[in-house]
Amino acid sequence: MLTRLLSGDGPRSLPLALILLAIFLCLALAPFLFPGTRSVDTAARICVFILLVASYDLTLGYAGIVSFAHTMFFGMGAYGVALASTHLGRGFDALVLGTLAGALAAAVFALLIGLFSLRVRAIFFAMITLAVASAVAVLVSQLSGLTGGEDGLNYQIPRALTAAQKYLDEPVLGVRINGKLLNYYLVFAASTALFLVLLRIVNSPFGRVLQAIRENDFRAEAIGYRVVYYRTIATCVSAVAAALAGSLYAIWLRYVGPDTTLSFEIMVDILLMVVIGGMGTMYGAVIGATLFILAQNYLQGLMGAAAAGLEGVPLLPGLLDPDRWLLWLGVLFVLSVYFFPTGIAGRLRGE
Amino acid sequence: MSEPILKLEGVCTNIAQYHILQGVDLAVSAGGVTMLLGRNGVGKTTTLRTIMGLWRAHAGRVLFDGQDIAVLSTPAIARTGIGFVPEDMGIFSDLTVEENMVLAAASGPLDPARLDWIFAAFPPIRTFWKQPAGNLSGGQKQMLSIARAMAEERRLYLIDEPTKGLAPAIVATMAGALRDLKAQGASILMVEQNFGVAKLLGDTCAVMDDGRTIWAGEMRELAEDAALQERLMGLNMENA
Repeated sequence: MLTRLLSGDGPRSLPLALILLAIFLCLALAPFLFPGTRSVDTAARICVFILLVASYDLTLGYAGIVSFAHTMFFGMGAYGVALASTHLGRGFDALVLGTLAGALAAAVFALLIGLFSLRVRAIFFAMITLAVASAVAVLVSQLSGLTGGEDGLNYQIPRALTAAQKYLDEPVLGVRINGKLLNYYLVFAASTALFLVLLRIVNSPFGRVLQAIRENDFRAEAIGYRVVYYRTIATCVSAVAAALAGSLYAIWLRYVGPDTTLSFEIMVDILLMVVIGGMGTMYGAVIGATLFILAQNYLQGLMGAAAAGLEGVPLLPGLLDPDRWLLWLGVLFVLSVYFFPTGIAGRLRGE
Repeated sequence: MSEPILKLEGVCTNIAQYHILQGVDLAVSAGGVTMLLGRNGVGKTTTLRTIMGLWRAHAGRVLFDGQDIAVLSTPAIARTGIGFVPEDMGIFSDLTVEENMVLAAASGPLDPARLDWIFAAFPPIRTFWKQPAGNLSGGQKQMLSIARAMAEERRLYLIDEPTKGLAPAIVATMAGALRDLKAQGASILMVEQNFGVAKLLGDTCAVMDDGRTIWAGEMRELAEDAALQERLMGLNMENA
Protein backbone atom coordinates (compact mmCIF):
# COMPACT_ATOMS: atom_id res chain seq x y z
CA MET A 1 0.00 0.00 0.00
CA LEU A 2 2.67 2.48 1.09
CA THR A 3 4.96 1.27 -1.67
CA ARG A 4 2.22 1.86 -4.19
CA LEU A 5 1.53 5.30 -2.76
CA LEU A 6 5.20 6.13 -3.19
CA SER A 7 5.15 4.63 -6.71
CA GLY A 8 7.65 1.94 -5.74
CA ASP A 9 10.31 4.62 -5.21
CA GLY A 10 10.77 4.54 -1.45
CA PRO A 11 13.47 6.42 0.45
CA ARG A 12 15.78 3.34 0.15
CA SER A 13 17.67 4.37 3.29
CA LEU A 14 16.64 4.07 6.91
CA PRO A 15 17.88 7.49 8.07
CA LEU A 16 16.22 9.15 5.10
CA ALA A 17 12.98 7.29 5.78
CA LEU A 18 13.04 8.37 9.43
CA ILE A 19 13.72 12.00 8.57
CA LEU A 20 10.92 12.02 6.02
CA LEU A 21 8.54 10.37 8.44
CA ALA A 22 9.42 12.93 11.11
CA ILE A 23 8.83 15.82 8.71
CA PHE A 24 5.55 14.29 7.56
CA LEU A 25 4.28 13.78 11.11
CA CYS A 26 5.38 17.25 12.21
CA LEU A 27 3.59 18.83 9.27
CA ALA A 28 0.51 16.66 9.69
CA LEU A 29 0.21 17.59 13.36
CA ALA A 30 1.79 21.04 13.18
CA PRO A 31 -1.20 23.01 14.54
CA PHE A 32 -1.32 20.70 17.58
CA LEU A 33 2.41 20.17 18.11
CA PHE A 34 3.45 23.76 17.55
CA PRO A 35 0.43 25.95 18.26
CA GLY A 36 0.78 29.60 17.43
CA THR A 37 0.23 31.71 14.34
CA ARG A 38 3.87 31.94 13.36
CA SER A 39 4.70 28.25 13.60
CA VAL A 40 1.59 27.18 11.71
CA ASP A 41 2.36 29.79 9.09
CA THR A 42 5.88 28.34 8.77
CA ALA A 43 4.43 24.84 8.45
CA ALA A 44 2.07 25.94 5.67
CA ARG A 45 4.94 27.66 3.89
CA ILE A 46 6.97 24.45 4.13
CA CYS A 47 4.11 22.45 2.58
CA VAL A 48 3.80 24.90 -0.33
CA PHE A 49 7.55 25.00 -0.93
CA ILE A 50 7.91 21.23 -0.82
CA LEU A 51 5.47 21.06 -3.71
CA LEU A 52 7.13 23.98 -5.51
CA VAL A 53 10.63 22.58 -5.11
CA ALA A 54 9.51 19.06 -6.09
CA SER A 55 7.99 20.45 -9.28
CA TYR A 56 11.30 22.20 -9.99
CA ASP A 57 13.14 18.94 -9.35
CA LEU A 58 11.07 17.38 -12.14
CA THR A 59 12.62 19.76 -14.68
CA LEU A 60 16.06 20.25 -13.18
CA GLY A 61 16.76 16.90 -11.53
CA TYR A 62 14.92 14.51 -13.82
CA ALA A 63 14.79 16.22 -17.20
CA GLY A 64 18.05 18.13 -16.76
CA ILE A 65 16.46 21.39 -17.92
CA VAL A 66 17.72 24.57 -16.25
CA SER A 67 14.86 27.03 -16.07
CA PHE A 68 14.63 30.34 -14.25
CA ALA A 69 10.94 30.81 -14.94
CA HIS A 70 9.67 28.67 -12.11
CA THR A 71 8.62 31.59 -9.90
CA MET A 72 6.71 32.95 -12.89
CA PHE A 73 4.55 29.82 -12.94
CA PHE A 74 4.27 29.97 -9.16
CA GLY A 75 3.12 33.57 -9.47
CA MET A 76 0.59 32.72 -12.16
CA GLY A 77 -1.19 30.35 -9.81
CA ALA A 78 -1.10 32.87 -6.99
CA TYR A 79 -2.29 35.78 -9.09
CA GLY A 80 -4.98 33.58 -10.62
CA VAL A 81 -6.54 33.05 -7.20
CA ALA A 82 -5.98 36.69 -6.21
CA LEU A 83 -7.52 38.14 -9.35
CA ALA A 84 -10.46 35.75 -9.33
CA SER A 85 -11.16 36.48 -5.67
CA THR A 86 -10.88 40.22 -6.27
CA HIS A 87 -13.15 40.31 -9.30
CA LEU A 88 -15.58 37.45 -8.72
CA GLY A 89 -15.92 38.17 -5.03
CA ARG A 90 -15.43 35.93 -2.05
CA GLY A 91 -16.26 32.29 -2.70
CA PHE A 92 -15.02 28.81 -3.45
CA ASP A 93 -15.95 29.22 -7.09
CA ALA A 94 -13.46 32.09 -7.32
CA LEU A 95 -10.74 29.92 -5.73
CA VAL A 96 -11.38 27.00 -8.08
CA LEU A 97 -11.68 29.21 -11.14
CA GLY A 98 -8.59 31.20 -10.22
CA THR A 99 -6.60 28.03 -9.60
CA LEU A 100 -7.65 26.52 -12.92
CA ALA A 101 -6.98 29.75 -14.82
CA GLY A 102 -3.54 30.06 -13.22
CA ALA A 103 -2.65 26.46 -14.03
CA LEU A 104 -3.87 26.87 -17.60
CA ALA A 105 -1.89 30.07 -18.09
CA ALA A 106 1.21 28.37 -16.71
CA ALA A 107 0.73 25.38 -19.04
CA VAL A 108 0.30 27.61 -22.10
CA PHE A 109 3.35 29.71 -21.24
CA ALA A 110 5.43 26.62 -20.58
CA LEU A 111 4.29 25.09 -23.87
CA LEU A 112 5.21 28.21 -25.83
CA ILE A 113 8.59 28.64 -24.14
CA GLY A 114 9.26 24.92 -24.54
CA LEU A 115 8.35 24.68 -28.21
CA PHE A 116 10.30 27.78 -29.13
CA SER A 117 13.37 27.29 -27.07
CA LEU A 118 13.93 23.70 -25.94
CA ARG A 119 15.59 22.95 -29.27
CA VAL A 120 18.42 25.31 -28.46
CA ARG A 121 21.34 24.57 -26.17
CA ALA A 122 20.68 24.40 -22.44
CA ILE A 123 22.37 27.69 -21.64
CA PHE A 124 20.18 29.57 -24.13
CA PHE A 125 17.05 27.99 -22.73
CA ALA A 126 18.07 29.18 -19.26
CA MET A 127 18.62 32.69 -20.60
CA ILE A 128 15.27 32.72 -22.40
CA THR A 129 13.38 31.62 -19.28
CA LEU A 130 15.22 34.28 -17.29
CA ALA A 131 14.23 36.95 -19.81
CA VAL A 132 10.59 35.89 -19.94
CA ALA A 133 10.32 35.64 -16.16
CA SER A 134 11.90 39.07 -15.69
CA ALA A 135 9.57 40.56 -18.30
CA VAL A 136 6.53 39.09 -16.55
CA ALA A 137 7.72 40.34 -13.15
CA VAL A 138 8.19 43.86 -14.54
CA LEU A 139 4.82 43.70 -16.25
CA VAL A 140 3.08 42.68 -13.03
CA SER A 141 4.66 45.50 -11.08
CA GLN A 142 3.81 48.03 -13.81
CA LEU A 143 0.20 47.02 -14.44
CA SER A 144 -0.79 48.30 -11.03
CA GLY A 145 -4.41 48.85 -12.06
CA LEU A 146 -4.84 45.12 -12.54
CA THR A 147 -2.27 43.54 -10.24
CA GLY A 148 -1.83 46.12 -7.50
CA GLY A 149 1.74 46.71 -8.69
CA GLU A 150 4.42 46.47 -6.03
CA ASP A 151 1.79 46.60 -3.28
CA GLY A 152 0.19 43.40 -4.49
CA LEU A 153 -3.39 42.37 -3.87
CA ASN A 154 -5.30 41.77 -0.66
CA TYR A 155 -8.52 39.85 -1.07
CA GLN A 156 -11.02 37.81 0.88
CA ILE A 157 -11.30 34.05 0.81
CA PRO A 158 -14.40 32.09 1.85
CA ARG A 159 -15.28 32.52 5.49
CA ALA A 160 -15.11 28.73 5.93
CA LEU A 161 -11.30 29.01 5.55
CA THR A 162 -10.72 31.91 7.95
CA ALA A 163 -10.31 32.16 11.71
CA ALA A 164 -13.70 33.89 11.92
CA GLN A 165 -15.45 30.57 11.24
CA LYS A 166 -15.63 28.39 14.35
CA TYR A 167 -16.39 24.70 13.94
CA LEU A 168 -16.27 23.70 17.60
CA ASP A 169 -16.94 25.90 20.63
CA GLU A 170 -14.32 24.19 22.78
CA PRO A 171 -10.65 24.03 21.79
CA VAL A 172 -9.25 20.55 21.20
CA LEU A 173 -5.83 20.02 22.87
CA GLY A 174 -5.68 23.77 23.29
CA VAL A 175 -6.20 24.44 19.57
CA ARG A 176 -9.20 26.31 18.23
CA ILE A 177 -11.01 24.29 15.59
CA ASN A 178 -11.72 27.04 13.09
CA GLY A 179 -11.51 27.88 9.41
CA LYS A 180 -7.83 28.72 9.64
CA LEU A 181 -7.14 25.17 10.79
CA LEU A 182 -9.21 23.85 7.89
CA ASN A 183 -7.22 26.11 5.58
CA TYR A 184 -3.97 24.62 6.89
CA TYR A 185 -5.19 21.10 6.28
CA LEU A 186 -6.32 22.07 2.79
CA VAL A 187 -2.78 23.26 2.06
CA PHE A 188 -1.25 20.18 3.71
CA ALA A 189 -3.51 17.64 1.98
CA ALA A 190 -3.25 19.25 -1.46
CA SER A 191 0.55 19.53 -1.23
CA THR A 192 0.89 15.92 -0.10
CA ALA A 193 -1.40 14.63 -2.84
CA LEU A 194 0.33 16.65 -5.56
CA PHE A 195 3.75 15.58 -4.30
CA LEU A 196 2.67 11.95 -4.63
CA VAL A 197 1.42 12.67 -8.15
CA LEU A 198 4.82 14.14 -9.06
CA LEU A 199 6.51 11.09 -7.55
CA ARG A 200 4.27 8.92 -9.69
CA ILE A 201 5.17 10.89 -12.81
CA VAL A 202 8.93 10.65 -12.34
CA ASN A 203 8.62 6.90 -11.76
CA SER A 204 6.40 6.33 -14.78
CA PRO A 205 7.79 5.27 -18.17
CA PHE A 206 7.59 8.96 -19.07
CA GLY A 207 9.89 9.79 -16.15
CA ARG A 208 12.36 7.11 -17.25
CA VAL A 209 12.53 8.63 -20.71
CA LEU A 210 13.23 12.02 -19.11
CA GLN A 211 16.12 10.53 -17.14
CA ALA A 212 17.43 8.88 -20.28
CA ILE A 213 17.29 12.20 -22.11
CA ARG A 214 19.05 13.97 -19.27
CA GLU A 215 21.86 11.47 -19.47
CA ASN A 216 22.27 11.19 -23.21
CA ASP A 217 19.80 12.99 -25.44
CA PHE A 218 21.35 11.78 -28.71
CA ARG A 219 21.02 8.21 -27.57
CA ALA A 220 17.40 8.75 -26.53
CA GLU A 221 16.69 10.12 -30.01
CA ALA A 222 18.43 7.17 -31.63
CA ILE A 223 16.12 4.81 -29.71
CA GLY A 224 13.16 6.71 -31.10
CA TYR A 225 12.11 9.25 -28.45
CA ARG A 226 11.42 12.81 -29.56
CA VAL A 227 13.50 14.78 -27.10
CA VAL A 228 11.82 18.16 -27.68
CA TYR A 229 8.40 16.62 -27.14
CA TYR A 230 9.35 15.00 -23.83
CA ARG A 231 11.16 18.07 -22.58
CA THR A 232 8.22 20.29 -23.42
CA ILE A 233 5.73 18.02 -21.64
CA ALA A 234 8.01 17.92 -18.59
CA THR A 235 8.19 21.71 -18.54
CA CYS A 236 4.39 21.96 -18.79
CA VAL A 237 3.73 19.43 -16.01
CA SER A 238 6.24 21.16 -13.78
CA ALA A 239 4.73 24.57 -14.55
CA VAL A 240 1.22 23.39 -13.70
CA ALA A 241 2.42 21.92 -10.39
CA ALA A 242 4.21 25.19 -9.58
CA ALA A 243 1.05 27.15 -10.40
CA LEU A 244 -1.00 24.91 -8.11
CA ALA A 245 1.54 25.53 -5.34
CA GLY A 246 1.12 29.25 -6.01
CA SER A 247 -2.66 28.97 -5.71
CA LEU A 248 -2.34 27.18 -2.37
CA TYR A 249 0.05 29.85 -1.18
CA ALA A 250 -2.40 32.58 -2.21
CA ILE A 251 -5.27 30.84 -0.44
CA TRP A 252 -3.17 30.55 2.71
CA LEU A 253 -1.74 34.09 2.74
CA ARG A 254 -4.79 35.99 1.46
CA TYR A 255 -2.26 38.28 -0.19
CA VAL A 256 -0.09 38.15 -3.29
CA GLY A 257 2.64 40.53 -4.33
CA PRO A 258 5.73 40.39 -6.52
CA ASP A 259 7.95 39.81 -3.49
CA THR A 260 6.06 36.78 -2.22
CA THR A 261 5.75 34.94 -5.52
CA LEU A 262 7.62 36.41 -8.48
CA SER A 263 10.92 37.73 -7.18
CA PHE A 264 14.23 36.38 -8.36
CA GLU A 265 15.20 35.80 -4.74
CA ILE A 266 12.56 33.11 -4.47
CA MET A 267 13.91 31.54 -7.66
CA VAL A 268 17.37 31.38 -6.09
CA ASP A 269 15.85 29.95 -2.90
CA ILE A 270 14.15 27.19 -4.90
CA LEU A 271 17.41 26.38 -6.64
CA LEU A 272 19.21 26.17 -3.28
CA MET A 273 16.50 23.98 -1.77
CA VAL A 274 16.75 21.51 -4.68
CA VAL A 275 20.53 21.41 -4.54
CA ILE A 276 20.75 21.10 -0.75
CA GLY A 277 18.04 18.47 -0.61
CA GLY A 278 19.38 16.46 -3.53
CA MET A 279 18.55 16.77 -7.22
CA GLY A 280 16.65 14.04 -9.00
CA THR A 281 15.34 12.38 -5.84
CA MET A 282 12.01 14.18 -5.16
CA TYR A 283 12.55 13.47 -1.46
CA GLY A 284 15.34 16.02 -1.56
CA ALA A 285 12.67 18.66 -2.11
CA VAL A 286 11.06 17.71 1.20
CA ILE A 287 14.31 17.98 3.14
CA GLY A 288 15.62 21.02 1.29
CA ALA A 289 12.43 23.04 1.65
CA THR A 290 11.97 22.13 5.31
CA LEU A 291 15.55 22.97 6.29
CA PHE A 292 15.65 26.15 4.28
CA ILE A 293 12.39 27.60 5.52
CA LEU A 294 13.11 26.68 9.11
CA ALA A 295 16.49 28.41 8.81
CA GLN A 296 14.90 31.42 7.14
CA ASN A 297 12.35 31.75 9.93
CA TYR A 298 14.19 30.71 13.04
CA LEU A 299 17.93 31.16 12.49
CA GLN A 300 17.71 34.82 13.40
CA GLY A 301 15.94 34.12 16.73
CA LEU A 302 18.29 31.27 17.52
CA MET A 303 21.30 33.48 16.92
CA GLY A 304 19.83 36.23 19.08
CA ALA A 305 19.46 33.76 21.92
CA ALA A 306 22.98 32.43 21.39
CA ALA A 307 24.45 35.94 21.32
CA ALA A 308 22.65 36.86 24.54
CA GLY A 309 23.86 33.65 26.18
CA LEU A 310 27.47 34.36 25.22
CA GLU A 311 27.42 37.90 26.61
CA GLY A 312 30.87 38.80 27.90
CA VAL A 313 32.74 36.28 25.74
CA PRO A 314 34.93 38.23 23.30
CA LEU A 315 34.07 38.24 19.56
CA LEU A 316 31.38 35.52 19.64
CA PRO A 317 28.34 37.65 20.52
CA GLY A 318 29.29 40.00 17.68
CA LEU A 319 29.61 37.09 15.23
CA LEU A 320 26.28 35.66 16.33
CA ASP A 321 24.47 38.98 16.18
CA PRO A 322 20.99 38.35 14.70
CA ASP A 323 21.74 40.88 11.97
CA ARG A 324 24.41 38.52 10.64
CA TRP A 325 21.98 35.65 10.06
CA LEU A 326 22.38 35.80 6.29
CA LEU A 327 26.11 35.27 6.67
CA TRP A 328 25.50 32.09 8.63
CA LEU A 329 22.84 30.93 6.23
CA GLY A 330 25.46 31.35 3.50
CA VAL A 331 28.04 29.41 5.51
CA LEU A 332 25.53 26.61 6.05
CA PHE A 333 24.94 26.35 2.29
CA VAL A 334 28.61 26.29 1.43
CA LEU A 335 29.17 23.55 4.00
CA SER A 336 26.19 21.49 2.89
CA VAL A 337 27.17 21.65 -0.77
CA TYR A 338 30.75 20.81 0.17
CA PHE A 339 29.87 17.83 2.34
CA PHE A 340 26.79 16.63 0.42
CA PRO A 341 27.57 17.16 -3.26
CA THR A 342 24.63 14.92 -4.19
CA GLY A 343 22.40 16.66 -1.70
CA ILE A 344 21.25 15.39 1.65
CA ALA A 345 18.86 12.82 0.19
CA GLY A 346 21.50 11.64 -2.27
CA ARG A 347 24.06 11.33 0.51
CA LEU A 348 21.70 9.41 2.79
CA ARG A 349 20.99 7.01 -0.05
CA GLY A 350 24.73 6.50 -0.35
CA GLU A 351 24.99 7.84 -3.88
CA MET B 1 21.41 -12.57 -51.83
CA SER B 2 18.08 -10.85 -51.84
CA GLU B 3 17.17 -7.23 -52.46
CA PRO B 4 19.07 -4.67 -50.41
CA ILE B 5 17.11 -3.38 -47.43
CA LEU B 6 19.43 -0.41 -47.03
CA LYS B 7 21.11 1.44 -49.84
CA LEU B 8 23.34 4.49 -49.66
CA GLU B 9 23.86 6.38 -52.91
CA GLY B 10 26.59 9.01 -53.09
CA VAL B 11 26.16 10.10 -49.48
CA CYS B 12 28.23 13.12 -48.47
CA THR B 13 28.39 14.43 -44.91
CA ASN B 14 30.14 17.52 -43.63
CA ILE B 15 30.98 18.05 -39.99
CA ALA B 16 31.68 21.74 -39.51
CA GLN B 17 34.04 22.64 -42.38
CA TYR B 18 35.34 19.08 -42.80
CA HIS B 19 34.10 16.92 -45.67
CA ILE B 20 34.01 13.60 -43.82
CA LEU B 21 31.96 11.51 -46.25
CA GLN B 22 32.57 12.24 -49.90
CA GLY B 23 30.35 9.80 -51.72
CA VAL B 24 29.54 6.61 -49.88
CA ASP B 25 27.78 3.88 -51.85
CA LEU B 26 26.69 0.89 -49.86
CA ALA B 27 24.09 -1.85 -49.97
CA VAL B 28 22.98 -4.05 -47.08
CA SER B 29 21.09 -7.12 -48.21
CA ALA B 30 18.02 -8.21 -46.31
CA GLY B 31 18.81 -11.07 -43.98
CA GLY B 32 22.54 -10.70 -44.37
CA VAL B 33 25.48 -9.27 -42.48
CA THR B 34 27.44 -6.54 -44.19
CA MET B 35 30.78 -5.53 -42.71
CA LEU B 36 32.02 -1.99 -43.06
CA LEU B 37 35.80 -2.05 -42.93
CA GLY B 38 38.64 0.39 -43.25
CA ARG B 39 41.36 2.10 -41.33
CA ASN B 40 40.71 4.48 -38.46
CA GLY B 41 39.24 7.84 -39.38
CA VAL B 42 37.96 6.95 -42.86
CA GLY B 43 34.30 7.65 -41.99
CA LYS B 44 32.82 4.30 -40.90
CA THR B 45 31.24 5.65 -37.72
CA THR B 46 30.14 8.79 -39.51
CA THR B 47 28.41 6.59 -42.09
CA LEU B 48 26.38 4.85 -39.37
CA ARG B 49 25.58 8.15 -37.66
CA THR B 50 24.49 9.62 -40.97
CA ILE B 51 22.11 6.69 -41.55
CA MET B 52 20.61 7.41 -38.09
CA GLY B 53 20.30 11.12 -38.92
CA LEU B 54 22.65 12.08 -36.10
CA TRP B 55 24.70 13.78 -38.77
CA ARG B 56 22.87 15.16 -41.77
CA ALA B 57 23.81 14.00 -45.25
CA HIS B 58 24.10 17.09 -47.40
CA ALA B 59 24.10 15.11 -50.63
CA GLY B 60 23.06 11.65 -51.75
CA ARG B 61 20.26 9.35 -50.64
CA VAL B 62 19.79 6.90 -47.79
CA LEU B 63 17.17 4.41 -48.97
CA PHE B 64 15.69 2.15 -46.32
CA ASP B 65 13.32 -0.34 -47.89
CA GLY B 66 12.96 2.04 -50.82
CA GLN B 67 12.13 5.08 -48.69
CA ASP B 68 14.57 8.01 -48.46
CA ILE B 69 15.13 8.36 -44.72
CA ALA B 70 17.75 11.10 -44.99
CA VAL B 71 14.93 13.63 -44.68
CA LEU B 72 13.53 12.16 -41.45
CA SER B 73 14.37 13.14 -37.89
CA THR B 74 16.45 10.72 -35.81
CA PRO B 75 13.49 9.47 -33.68
CA ALA B 76 11.48 8.88 -36.85
CA ILE B 77 14.37 6.95 -38.39
CA ALA B 78 14.61 4.81 -35.24
CA ARG B 79 10.91 4.13 -35.43
CA THR B 80 11.14 2.81 -38.98
CA GLY B 81 12.76 -0.19 -37.26
CA ILE B 82 16.48 0.49 -37.10
CA GLY B 83 18.35 -0.51 -33.96
CA PHE B 84 21.61 1.36 -33.41
CA VAL B 85 24.48 0.26 -31.18
CA PRO B 86 26.84 3.25 -31.01
CA GLU B 87 30.58 2.98 -30.51
CA ASP B 88 30.39 4.64 -27.08
CA MET B 89 27.63 2.16 -26.04
CA GLY B 90 25.51 5.08 -24.82
CA ILE B 91 23.80 3.19 -22.02
CA PHE B 92 21.88 5.18 -19.43
CA SER B 93 24.00 4.60 -16.34
CA ASP B 94 21.57 6.20 -13.85
CA LEU B 95 18.83 3.79 -14.86
CA THR B 96 18.72 0.10 -14.05
CA VAL B 97 19.49 -2.59 -16.63
CA GLU B 98 15.77 -3.36 -16.73
CA GLU B 99 14.84 0.28 -17.33
CA ASN B 100 17.42 0.49 -20.10
CA MET B 101 15.85 -2.53 -21.78
CA VAL B 102 12.27 -1.31 -21.32
CA LEU B 103 13.14 2.08 -22.82
CA ALA B 104 14.76 0.40 -25.79
CA ALA B 105 11.54 -1.42 -26.66
CA ALA B 106 9.94 1.84 -27.73
CA SER B 107 6.94 0.28 -29.39
CA GLY B 108 5.57 -1.70 -26.46
CA PRO B 109 6.28 -4.03 -23.55
CA LEU B 110 9.21 -6.44 -23.71
CA ASP B 111 8.43 -9.83 -25.23
CA PRO B 112 9.21 -12.54 -22.62
CA ALA B 113 10.41 -15.06 -25.19
CA ARG B 114 12.74 -12.53 -26.72
CA LEU B 115 13.98 -11.59 -23.26
CA ASP B 116 14.78 -15.24 -22.50
CA TRP B 117 16.80 -15.38 -25.68
CA ILE B 118 18.72 -12.21 -24.64
CA PHE B 119 19.31 -13.64 -21.16
CA ALA B 120 20.71 -16.81 -22.70
CA ALA B 121 23.01 -14.84 -24.98
CA PHE B 122 24.14 -12.43 -22.27
CA PRO B 123 23.78 -14.00 -18.79
CA PRO B 124 25.03 -10.85 -16.97
CA ILE B 125 21.95 -8.98 -18.19
CA ARG B 126 19.80 -11.29 -16.09
CA THR B 127 22.20 -11.22 -13.11
CA PHE B 128 22.26 -7.43 -12.92
CA TRP B 129 18.66 -6.88 -14.08
CA LYS B 130 17.72 -4.62 -11.16
CA GLN B 131 21.11 -2.92 -10.79
CA PRO B 132 22.02 0.55 -12.07
CA ALA B 133 23.63 0.10 -15.47
CA GLY B 134 26.45 2.39 -14.36
CA ASN B 135 27.71 -0.39 -12.10
CA LEU B 136 28.36 -2.78 -14.99
CA SER B 137 31.85 -3.51 -16.27
CA GLY B 138 32.89 -2.34 -19.71
CA GLY B 139 32.12 -5.69 -21.34
CA GLN B 140 28.76 -5.95 -19.60
CA LYS B 141 27.88 -2.42 -20.74
CA GLN B 142 28.65 -3.48 -24.29
CA MET B 143 26.41 -6.53 -23.85
CA LEU B 144 23.62 -4.28 -22.56
CA SER B 145 24.14 -1.93 -25.47
CA ILE B 146 23.63 -4.77 -27.95
CA ALA B 147 20.87 -6.36 -25.88
CA ARG B 148 19.08 -3.04 -26.02
CA ALA B 149 19.17 -3.06 -29.80
CA MET B 150 17.83 -6.64 -29.70
CA ALA B 151 15.07 -5.71 -27.21
CA GLU B 152 12.55 -5.83 -29.99
CA GLU B 153 12.67 -7.09 -33.52
CA ARG B 154 14.30 -4.54 -35.80
CA ARG B 155 14.32 -4.53 -39.54
CA LEU B 156 17.95 -3.47 -39.53
CA TYR B 157 20.74 -3.37 -36.96
CA LEU B 158 23.58 -0.86 -37.14
CA ILE B 159 26.39 -2.00 -34.86
CA ASP B 160 29.52 0.05 -34.33
CA GLU B 161 32.61 -1.90 -33.19
CA PRO B 162 30.94 -4.30 -30.78
CA THR B 163 34.21 -5.97 -29.74
CA LYS B 164 36.34 -2.87 -29.29
CA GLY B 165 38.43 -2.94 -26.14
CA LEU B 166 36.91 -6.16 -24.81
CA ALA B 167 38.65 -9.14 -23.23
CA PRO B 168 38.96 -12.16 -25.59
CA ALA B 169 36.43 -14.21 -23.57
CA ILE B 170 33.83 -11.47 -23.90
CA VAL B 171 34.60 -11.05 -27.58
CA ALA B 172 33.65 -14.72 -27.97
CA THR B 173 30.37 -14.18 -26.11
CA MET B 174 29.64 -11.16 -28.25
CA ALA B 175 30.44 -12.97 -31.49
CA GLY B 176 28.24 -15.87 -30.38
CA ALA B 177 25.29 -13.56 -29.69
CA LEU B 178 25.72 -11.77 -32.99
CA ARG B 179 25.88 -15.09 -34.83
CA ASP B 180 22.65 -16.00 -33.08
CA LEU B 181 21.10 -12.77 -34.23
CA LYS B 182 22.31 -13.48 -37.76
CA ALA B 183 20.86 -17.00 -37.62
CA GLN B 184 17.45 -15.46 -36.93
CA GLY B 185 17.66 -13.75 -40.30
CA ALA B 186 18.43 -10.25 -39.09
CA SER B 187 19.85 -7.67 -41.46
CA ILE B 188 22.99 -6.17 -39.98
CA LEU B 189 25.43 -3.47 -40.96
CA MET B 190 28.46 -3.69 -38.71
CA VAL B 191 31.67 -1.76 -38.33
CA GLU B 192 34.34 -4.11 -37.03
CA GLN B 193 38.07 -3.75 -36.58
CA ASN B 194 38.58 -7.32 -35.39
CA PHE B 195 39.12 -9.10 -38.69
CA GLY B 196 38.56 -12.52 -37.12
CA VAL B 197 35.08 -11.51 -36.00
CA ALA B 198 34.41 -9.81 -39.33
CA LYS B 199 35.35 -12.97 -41.21
CA LEU B 200 33.20 -15.10 -38.94
CA LEU B 201 30.05 -13.04 -39.25
CA GLY B 202 30.22 -11.17 -42.53
CA ASP B 203 28.44 -12.23 -45.70
CA THR B 204 29.38 -9.21 -47.70
CA CYS B 205 31.68 -6.36 -46.98
CA ALA B 206 32.45 -2.83 -48.02
CA VAL B 207 35.80 -1.14 -47.50
CA MET B 208 36.07 2.58 -46.99
CA ASP B 209 38.96 4.93 -47.43
CA ASP B 210 39.04 8.69 -47.15
CA GLY B 211 35.26 9.11 -46.93
CA ARG B 212 34.44 6.85 -49.86
CA THR B 213 33.65 3.20 -50.40
CA ILE B 214 36.53 1.84 -52.42
CA TRP B 215 35.59 -1.81 -52.64
CA ALA B 216 32.49 -3.95 -52.10
CA GLY B 217 32.08 -7.66 -52.44
CA GLU B 218 31.84 -11.03 -50.70
CA MET B 219 33.48 -11.21 -47.29
CA ARG B 220 35.03 -14.55 -48.22
CA GLU B 221 36.73 -13.05 -51.24
CA LEU B 222 38.44 -10.39 -49.14
CA ALA B 223 39.32 -12.83 -46.35
CA GLU B 224 41.12 -15.16 -48.77
CA ASP B 225 43.05 -12.49 -50.62
CA ALA B 226 45.88 -11.07 -48.52
CA ALA B 227 47.08 -8.91 -51.38
CA LEU B 228 43.65 -7.33 -51.69
CA GLN B 229 43.59 -6.63 -47.96
CA GLU B 230 47.00 -5.06 -48.21
CA ARG B 231 45.91 -2.85 -51.09
CA LEU B 232 42.57 -1.81 -49.53
CA MET B 233 43.50 -1.31 -45.92
CA GLY B 234 47.23 -0.82 -46.06
CA LEU B 235 48.04 -3.75 -43.81
CA ASN B 236 47.78 -7.46 -43.73
CA MET B 237 44.77 -8.19 -41.55
CA GLU B 238 45.89 -11.76 -40.88
CA ASN B 239 48.84 -10.49 -38.89
CA ALA B 240 47.10 -7.50 -37.36
